[in-house]
Amino acid sequence: MPRVQLGEIALARSGDKGNNSNIGVIARTPALYDFLKRELTSEIVKQLFREICKGEVTRYELPNLHSLNFVLRDSLGGGGTRSLITDPQGKVHGAALLHMELEVPTDLLP
Amino acid sequence: MTDTTQRVVRIANAQGFWGDSRLGPLRMAQEGPVDYLTFDYLAELSLSIMQKQKMRDPRAGYARDFIQVLESILPTCQQQGIRIIANAAGVNPEACRDAILQAVQRLGLSGIRVGVVSGDDILGELDALIASGETFTNLDSGESIDSVRERITSANVYIGAQPIVAALEQGADIVVTGRVADPSIVLAPLIHEFGWSMTDYDKLAAGTIMGHLVECGPQCTGGNFTDWHRVPDMATIGFPIVEACADGSFVVTKHEGTGGLVDTQTVTSQLLYELGDPENYLSPDCVADFTSIQIEQEGENRVRLSGIRGRAPTPTCKVSMSYSDGYKVLATLCIAGPDVVAKAQALAEIVFERLAMLDSPIPEENRFLELFGTNVLYQGIVPAAEAPHEILMRIGARSQDRRALSLLSAEIAPLLTSGPPGVTGYAGGRARPSEVVGYWPALVSRENVKTYVTVEEV
Repeated sequence: MPRVQLGEIALARSGDKGNNSNIGVIARTPALYDFLKRELTSEIVKQLFREICKGEVTRYELPNLHSLNFVLRDSLGGGGTRSLITDPQGKVHGAALLHMELEVPTDLLP
Repeated sequence: MTDTTQRVVRIANAQGFWGDSRLGPLRMAQEGPVDYLTFDYLAELSLSIMQKQKMRDPRAGYARDFIQVLESILPTCQQQGIRIIANAAGVNPEACRDAILQAVQRLGLSGIRVGVVSGDDILGELDALIASGETFTNLDSGESIDSVRERITSANVYIGAQPIVAALEQGADIVVTGRVADPSIVLAPLIHEFGWSMTDYDKLAAGTIMGHLVECGPQCTGGNFTDWHRVPDMATIGFPIVEACADGSFVVTKHEGTGGLVDTQTVTSQLLYELGDPENYLSPDCVADFTSIQIEQEGENRVRLSGIRGRAPTPTCKVSMSYSDGYKVLATLCIAGPDVVAKAQALAEIVFERLAMLDSPIPEENRFLELFGTNVLYQGIVPAAEAPHEILMRIGARSQDRRALSLLSAEIAPLLTSGPPGVTGYAGGRARPSEVVGYWPALVSRENVKTYVTVEEV
């Protein structure tokens, strides 16, 4: 199976709520949504963001939009005006996740 | 099938945040049909800035930018019958109303009705509310308000669509509000136009999702979009418009001839923005279910959403409070190779050691050092590039003591002559310490929220 970056099979948008960030992931096809629902678990996202996200990761499913939503707790260095980090609003957390590599069956590739 | 003869109400958001591009509002009013223009000025901490402005000047404390924007669009809006709703009144609705009335007079216009919605500001009533049993426990952390009570600088309830509807029913052409839930600004004119009941939760949820979609302006028309290379002409990107039908279905689009892109992917991206639990999107008007949304491309730059379901709102309203939480400072320096990381770490140690020698030590846990260029944004996610030749050193601290932070700032320039070589990029002058505004989200029961509506003609 080819190893591809998540960005090839999905899109993402991220933002902030206080000291938590969220990453919405949109599968590029309905079949890829089923694949991502199986493969892109909250555990995998937590492991990937282990140095950025100090709290839990919760995953929500939106099958109608072929999308998953991840909420990353304590991931913004304090959030709001308190944070000194470059990305206190999690603006690039989505782009970061799209760098993740996974093995995708050839027939699912867009 | 969609009945194309169905009446639609067009609502355009012309302002995504306080400080958004000034090109938005006038273009929205001039470049195509619109019934309502909405403006969102309030981020989580904007009201604490406005409280501070009001303390210095009793005539300040609202979004003054709105008055300038209004002057530029009002003649067009009056001519075309476009009504305006803006959460621009901040913490000083009276001053905002007066400024609007003056602006109308300066333009030589008349027959304009100005509505003001207030009641969100509960800073003056906090003690009474606490005495009556409200706890204002921190929604995120569960902490008691006692630890910050003395330092609270603003407290505002997120109010819903109803008082805005009341102002529109009294004929207001312009409605300004303090803190209202962002989506309620878009929902209110739909309730007014279509006569939706306040218990028809599916429709309220549809209007709420319309508001959620347009509240960040062009983020739903191709801005901040993963496949940005597909988005044409971003310089002239169109702000989003919803064309709402009485049944709660709607089309997201933008004016003809503008740049940007409206397709199911750009719209879905914005549906997911700042989203928590998609089945329980809370607003003062309803609970919206994002998993009920049906989305389809209806035409070029036209996306239809339908099937939205909602439920009754929770018995509480959200309160957004801010409190003063000391100070912070952040200075930057450019470090050139070789050995950029070792040099930056040495420089940071020198600064903090010198602060200790100046009797202003900064405890370890309040120090901050970020070496931009060493993979800080994707830390642990992608492998770091090997030994960069240049990095941006971001050094700072948090403290209750503003003076200690000024000293830190003053110790940055001397590093160029008294530390390792290869340090440059110190041109912007000393960094100034700034106040840290803490954010305190809480709840208040609905019966303790009182809103006020006034409408007057000028």
